[in-house]
Amino acid sequence: MVAVELRPEQPAASAGASLDIENVSHAFDLDGSVLRVLDSVSLNVEPGEFVALLGPSGCGKSTLLRLIAGLEPPRAGQLRENGQPITGPHPSRVVVFQDPTLFPWRTVWNNVALGPEAQGSLKQQRERVDATIDLVGLSQFAKAYPHQLSGGMAQRVALARALVNDPEILILDEPLGKLDSLTRLTMQSEIVSLWRSKGFTSILVTHDVEEALFLATRVVIFSERPARIKADFRVDLPYPRHRGDPRLAELRRESLALLGLAASW
Amino acid sequence: MSDVTALHPGDTGLSVATGRTEALTGIAAGLAWLLAAVAAAAFDDLGDWLETQNYAIGVGVFGLSFIVLGLTGRWFPRGAAWVTRAGPWLIALGLVLTLWQLAAAKLGWLPQPFFPPPQGILEVYTFEYEELASHFLASFRLLAVGFVIGTIAGFLVGVSIGWSHKAGYWVHPVLRFIGPLPATSLLPIVFFAFPSSWSASIFLIALAAGFPVAVLTWSGVANVNTAYYDVARTLGVKPLGLIFKVAIPAALPNVFIGLFMALGAAFSALMVAELVGVKAGIGFYIQWSQGWASYANVYAALILLALLCSGSITLLFRIRDRLLSWQKGLVKW
Ligand SMILES: Nc1ncnc2c1ncn2[C@@H]1O[C@H](COP(=O)(O)OP(=O)(O)OP(=O)(O)O)[C@@H](O)[C@H]1O
Ligand SMILES: [Mg+2]
Repeated sequence: MVAVELRPEQPAASAGASLDIENVSHAFDLDGSVLRVLDSVSLNVEPGEFVALLGPSGCGKSTLLRLIAGLEPPRAGQLRENGQPITGPHPSRVVVFQDPTLFPWRTVWNNVALGPEAQGSLKQQRERVDATIDLVGLSQFAKAYPHQLSGGMAQRVALARALVNDPEILILDEPLGKLDSLTRLTMQSEIVSLWRSKGFTSILVTHDVEEALFLATRVVIFSERPARIKADFRVDLPYPRHRGDPRLAELRRESLALLGLAASW
Repeated sequence: MSDVTALHPGDTGLSVATGRTEALTGIAAGLAWLLAAVAAAAFDDLGDWLETQNYAIGVGVFGLSFIVLGLTGRWFPRGAAWVTRAGPWLIALGLVLTLWQLAAAKLGWLPQPFFPPPQGILEVYTFEYEELASHFLASFRLLAVGFVIGTIAGFLVGVSIGWSHKAGYWVHPVLRFIGPLPATSLLPIVFFAFPSSWSASIFLIALAAGFPVAVLTWSGVANVNTAYYDVARTLGVKPLGLIFKVAIPAALPNVFIGLFMALGAAFSALMVAELVGVKAGIGFYIQWSQGWASYANVYAALILLALLCSGSITLLFRIRDRLLSWQKGLVKW
């Protein structure tokens, strides 16, 4: 029952929200000097799109995600979800951060349950929490504390903690960076099938070009800091995708060239 | 595997072996305590102690029961296990009691009345238990009330200055100025500022206990990894929830360090308050007995005081172990 609820057979096409990023610039004060991080970034994301963000380390990808999540206001420009300005965090936009940041004083189950608990709907959602933990393959560890988990398991809990809220925009900041390659591939397929069945909008930051091309409908490539959009292209390949697809290899070469890594290929 | 077991009936051999250790430990511990009993009963006391005979009987009964526990391990394994575990301590205690008995009551090596024999202390408990109990209760009430008020206040102050900049602006300087002051230095003011010496003593103890809790709670709350707040906020946790579901649990390990320091500070404040203020309680009783040169009463009260302090610390450790079971590598008390 619950598993079906999490993965309905028919794609729920309208579950995702649109996201408009307009001329957003951001900067940090660093020892008196100003560190410019984002430079007039504009990006319009359709409901249900899966956008992968690629860019050099430290260019400002995580910062952009924080702005989308509403954790900080931008210095300039505006962000809108479904046309409404983003003024603060909201559970319709959940983030899986680069670090799993599980609450060490809560068990796996209670970590995943925090969202429903904060909404006051935990009573009705207990089965859903169980089902989500099951989905990431950790039902055996529901009662474990974070210090008893491996890094990859912790990252899966963080994913479950986000998914249980049934977000309209799922924000993923290198969520699979710490997983072993096998789990990584499994989780990639899981994310795709979840996204396809639930229809939420997905924003994924990754360092892994293949991952971006395997998962996303659209890839955005950023320049060095301050980040500017350098390229923005669609990956119009049908799902499920196959890693050996020659079209993927071609896109990979183009992306690496845009990232300035053409020589190494 | 089963062949090996058949050749060496290891199971029974093992249990016989452990059964023997238990019996030997029990007998050794019992003999040590019987020796203490004989030392008390077999010779005449140099002084005038009323409980020598009862003391000898009591110690003897303990000795016999250790022997019985050691020998009946087959039927009462828990008792035998306890005797085996405590055995070395029991033997040492029996020997110390014997030596103490001989040195204080029989041979006169220890000057009296400064070092009374064990029966001298027992005498205090049997003859003055009512008075001791009332002083013990007085101390306990003072400590419990003062500590609870002080730590709750300290915790609230710590959370509020760790959380709110406005509260920090006003309270932090006061805390920095008053907090490090030894609570007892406020004695002269406190005892005329408060309506009764009891409320004044409570204030002193609460002040002594409150400061470390406030400082450590504050630093705990202020140093919470901001990523926890980010995660909680994106999941829809409201500001009040951030305090109760993130800030406080994250600060709890720090709070407990503060509580342990507070307990130590509260003990010291308790002694001063009893001596100067309320004129009741174990600390007062000790001072008073010393004035009468009744050192047996001093020792008897000191033992009670040690039980009170050690008991409170143990209780605090128990609470911490329950609340912080999610931490790894906790020190066991
Ligand atoms: N709170 C902050 N205060 C000051 N500087 C910051 C802050 N947060 C980020 N920065 C700076 O902003 C820049 C971009 O950081 P960001 O975390 O967005 O990079 P990133 O693109 O996610 O990098 P990576 O791929 O390595 O995670 C970095 O140079 C970083 O030092
Ligand atoms: Mg990042």
